[in-house]
Order: sequence, then structure tokens, then C-alpha cells
Amino acid sequence: MAGVLARVIQRTKPQLGIVGPLVAKGNSNVPVRYQGTQKQPEGKQRGSPLNDSDRIFTNLYGRHDWRLKGAMSRGDWYKTKEILLKGSDWIVNEMKTSGLRGRGGAGFPTGMKWSFMKKPSDGRPHYLVVNADEGEPGTCKDREIMRHDPHKLVEGCLIAGRAINAIAAYIYIRGEFYNEASNLQVAIAEAYQAGLLGKDACGSGYAFDVYVHRGAGAYICGEETALIESIEGKQGKPRLKPPFPADIGLFGCPTTVNNVETISVAPTICRRGGAWFASFGRVRNQGTKLYNISGHVNTPCTVEEEMSIPLKELIERHAGGVIGGWDNLLAIIPGGSSTPLIPKSVCDTVLMDFDALVAAQSAFGTAAIIVMDKSTDIVKAIARLIMFYKHESCGQCTPCREGVGWMNKIIYRMVDGNASPKEIDMLWEISKQIEGHTICALGDGAAWPVQGLIRHFRPELERRMAQYAATHGPSKAERLY
Amino acid sequence: MLSSLRTGVQGVLRAASRNIQTSAALQHDSLFVHRDTPEDNPDIPFEFTEQNKKRVDAILGIYPEGHKRGAMIPLLDLAQRQNGGWLPISAMHKVADLLKLPRMRVYEVATFYTMFIRRPIGKYHLQVCTTTPCWLRGSDAVLKTLVEGTGCKVGGTSPCGKFSISEVECLGACVNAPMVQVNDDYYEDLSIEDTKEIIEKLKKDEKPKAGPRSGRFASEPLGGLTSLSDPPTGPGFGIQDALK
Repeated sequence: MAGVLARVIQRTKPQLGIVGPLVAKGNSNVPVRYQGTQKQPEGKQRGSPLNDSDRIFTNLYGRHDWRLKGAMSRGDWYKTKEILLKGSDWIVNEMKTSGLRGRGGAGFPTGMKWSFMKKPSDGRPHYLVVNADEGEPGTCKDREIMRHDPHKLVEGCLIAGRAINAIAAYIYIRGEFYNEASNLQVAIAEAYQAGLLGKDACGSGYAFDVYVHRGAGAYICGEETALIESIEGKQGKPRLKPPFPADIGLFGCPTTVNNVETISVAPTICRRGGAWFASFGRVRNQGTKLYNISGHVNTPCTVEEEMSIPLKELIERHAGGVIGGWDNLLAIIPGGSSTPLIPKSVCDTVLMDFDALVAAQSAFGTAAIIVMDKSTDIVKAIARLIMFYKHESCGQCTPCREGVGWMNKIIYRMVDGNASPKEIDMLWEISKQIEGHTICALGDGAAWPVQGLIRHFRPELERRMAQYAATHGPSKAERLY
Repeated sequence: MLSSLRTGVQGVLRAASRNIQTSAALQHDSLFVHRDTPEDNPDIPFEFTEQNKKRVDAILGIYPEGHKRGAMIPLLDLAQRQNGGWLPISAMHKVADLLKLPRMRVYEVATFYTMFIRRPIGKYHLQVCTTTPCWLRGSDAVLKTLVEGTGCKVGGTSPCGKFSISEVECLGACVNAPMVQVNDDYYEDLSIEDTKEIIEKLKKDEKPKAGPRSGRFASEPLGGLTSLSDPPTGPGFGIQDALK
């Protein structure tokens, strides 16, 4: 689930108000409050395909040796000592220059997140936690990193750890990823043996440990505070914030939680420079990104591309196009299951980045693109997602525990059309009552797909109800409401 | 409020057959409470093997003093592996003793996470992902093939005791959909024939080939690379001036 569920994108305008000016570039005498729908600042207007030499994950497909020797031949662990010796401020500054926004879904600027850890020490150790609990339907990018490029992650832990002055990193990997966890464990053991981790990491005098903690199958543990609870050996139920993990996190100590991809790109950003990374994508959406293209495409794949690349170009170039041609497209879920779907008319032109998708009333999330062609039962597709959320709700907050169950019941009746058109508004209302009224954002993530469905496919829902009424007579709901 | 009351009353009058609405009973794949059975009751002793005791020490070692509770999930997982894929109540008690915690704290965790299976299970646990990305690529047919091929209901164990089938939520291999997880291994890009072959092999206790079945190695596009076709760049490529 990573952080699609954090509420930065769609909800917290005040936060974006703070973020905007800090990540903005160029002349800004007037304080600017950026929102996704506002005019895009100067600079690149769209992304285009990358050159192979600009791709960070060079062993994404596992065609080369993933172990230490192979990783070093591809440039990992090169001059890591020099980077560490540059110090915390230098690394954080590089990340700020790069404009990297968290890759787990919420898109919080990583450099700023790391700078939250720079308070004067009160004697408590700092921890880095890496969120490898990848469970958002559609998302499978971290898996490729962990099984084919684990050294990028391990090196990233060390550099991020140095930046936030952590003593150790815990990588929380979902329990089902057994083979991925074992690759990662091998990579860590190799790094210890080569002196790259441990008491004197890379000979820099900095002591750092990396541990792997396997989860046990709970999507909610991708939420950062639930993840912390889970590492502490409790039920994965999110904590109320504040206090934020940067104040009281893992084992009661200041903690930063980052996604695998965010951590894994950090070493390359430090080596090649923040400015290099910032040269890709539109302003405030810089960098490269792993895209997962699944569903009704000819060749589903994971691929690294520039941010802000047009969705259509991405699908046609790498995934062999939609099955039956672009005109056979019905809708796309652009950023993993919790983001609202967008219909074909929007897909024609939309760019794949945070701001463009917010403007299209969706979200970038983890860039997990789920393509649905015209043969899809779109209501069933969304209903299945709601069932997922019903299953994965931790049961802590009433709106989510009860509301998602209600949504599930109603929407499964709508699959058959056994519902009243009035219930569409009722369903919308329920989703609005869940959204924003829960501790974590799983409730929001469950509400958005339903809202997306109603926003774009209301006629389809009404058609089904009319069809059902024509064959079975008025539905029970119609008689009741 | 009043209007909704009125609508409600009218609704009841109009259709007297309407049931009283209640919240759904707590529903889950498995029972939350423990019931003593001959296979699973607190009187059956559980002890980690010598080899696993070393693992227990290693696991405890990665958590700081005072927070050894963090080892709970790894220890329960270890116990489950030792016990053939399911977690008896006596193993939970053992973990509680090791961590010096009330037993309730262990029950809480063991019931929360779906990977802890608290009743005997077949030798091969077939977990079929049926969430939307897999469903779009035909996971229903894969599930049906598995159910027919093993004679085992979803959520149950086959008569031969060898297979258990679960319908699970996203397993994080969406690009390689549809997929099935058998114990620790992922079988991806499945067709009906592949699924049948996997069942046949497992019936003979052979290990089927794990990974994608469509001829690709991992998550690259089938039928030719569209990226990363150049050899990777070496150390120091494009390094910034500050590090030169």
C-alpha cells in the first residue's frame, strides 16, 4: 500500500502550500501556493522516452548478475565512502535539488522528509525504516528491485541512514515475498562481508546496520505507522498522528519511513547529482520512475521511464498497446488500486505525473497502471477492489470498518443491477463519509475508486439497473427507497 | 432527520418484509477464536528444534534490548514453518514464553495477520490471487482449474490432505498476472494448461518450474525488450564533479 494512502496529494492544501515554495525554482518573489490544477511553471512540458544510459535500474529484468560483483560492475557501491564523508547536509541537499518525491504514492518531497530528522539529538537513536510491504493491487515495482537489484537498496539504506543519522535500517518486506527477502538477505550479508556495512561502513567511520523484517500478510502494514507497529510485534493498526514518526517512531525513537524505490534511487542521485535527476520530468514532478503496466495490454511489463511521459505513449511503446487497439480502451486506473479510474477521453492526453493526474481528478500513486479494455465489466472490477479493501481494513476506525463493508454490499448488487438509481448517490455519500474520517488513509483509498466509478460511469450503472428492472421487475431497493 | 425518519417509516409500511438492518457479522477467511481439537490444543507440547533455536537467537538479536517483542512475527513464522505450515496454539504459547509476554499479545498478532494459519493445512498451500489486475487476466479460470484439479474447495483442504486452496488478495506480481503462490514460490503468467501441469507435478511431489510460464524471465515485455537493451554502464558513469 505504501503511501498512496497518505493524504498529501488530494487533501492537505495547507501542506502543499508549505511544500510548493520550497521545491519551486526560479524567481519567486510572490509566495506561490501550488495546486495541481494551477498553471504549470516554466520548464519541461512533458517527458519523453529515456536513454538506457539514464536509467537507474539497469538490472530491472534480472538479465545480469544481481550479487555484489555484478552490482559493482554496474556502478553500485562506487565512491560510496566519498558520499558518506560529504556528510548529512550534503546528501539532504542533493535530494532537495533532485526534486525527488516519495515513490510510495503520497509524493512527499524526500529531501524535506529527511531534513525533519535534523533536530538536535536528545540521546535517542534514529532509525530508518524501508517500506517494502508492497501490496497495492497493480504495484509490483519494489519486488523487481529487491530480487534483481538488491544492492541498490542496501546502498541506499546506508546513504539515507547517513543523511538522517540513523544507527540502523529495518527493511519491512511483505511476508509473501519469500524469495525476494532471501535475495535481499544475501545482498546484505555480502555487503557486511565486504565491509560496506557494519561498524565502519565503507571505511567511512560511520556505523550502520541493515536488518530485514518479514511481515505476515497485511496490506495495512504498508501505512507507515502501522508498519512501525508491526515491526514492534503488534497488530498492524495505524497510530494517530501527531506525533509523527520523525518525533516518535520505531521503538519510540525518531524514524523516517521511505519506500524501496525512493531509497534505491538515492545512491544514483548522489553520484550523478541532483541536477541530473531534476532534468527529467516537469517541474515539481522530476525524475525517473518505475511504471507497472498490467491488465488488458498486449505485453504487460515493468519499465523505468521519465516522469510526465504521456500515458498513451507509455502504453504503446512498452506494453505493446491495449488489446484490440487504443480505441478498444475503456478506462485506466493510473496509480494503483486506490486511485480513481480515468476514462479513455482523459487517457488520450494525460501525462503520468503527480500534478497532471490530480488535475484529471485521479492520483499518481505508485504509477501502477491497470488497463481495462471494452470487454471489462467495469463495475465488477471496482467491486473486486472494494472487496479487497473490506478484507484489508484493520477494523480500528468505524467509518472504514463498517462503511467499506456497506460499500461492498451495495456495489456487488450494482454489478447485477439489483439496485435503485437513488443508491448511486447514497453510495457516493457513504464514500464521502469514509474519506477523511479515519486514522489512516486506507478509508480514502477505498472511497476513491468508488467515486471514480460514479464520476465517470454513472450511465453504465443506471443502464444495468434499468436492464435488471426490465427483466426482474423493480429491485427490492427500488421498492424500499 | 425527521424526513429520514418519515421515509424510513414509509419504507417499513410499504414493504413490511424488510429485514432489520444490522452490521455484518465479523467475517474473515478463518475463525478468530480457538476451539480445542485433537490436532490443536494446549496440551500438545511444542518445542523449537535445535537448529531453529539458533535461528531464534539470531532473530532476537536484531531487535534492541527492551523491544524484543519485535521478534514476534518472525518467531511465529518460524514456528509455523517448523510445524508444517500451520500454527498450533501451543506454538503461540511457546513464543509468548520466549518473549515473556502475556499469551493474549501473541493471540492478537496471530489472528491479525493472514499468513498465520491456525488450523491444519495441506502440504501444498495454493494461494490464488483474484484481485482486479489478476482477475482482468483470467484468474477466475485459474481458480476453477485448481478447484477441479485438486478436488478441494476454496478455503478448504483436499480429501487427500495434500492441497489447500485460498483465494487471496494481491500478491504483488500484477504484471505477471494471473499467478498462484504455492508455499513460497510464485507461478506467474499462467494459462489453464500451465495450471493443470502444476497440479499434476505437485500430485507426484515433483517441483514445477517456478516463475513466469509465458517464456519470459521476469517482468520484461514479452517478445522483445523495449528498454535496457544496451549493456549497463560501468562504475563512475556520469559522476558529478563534486565526487570526481
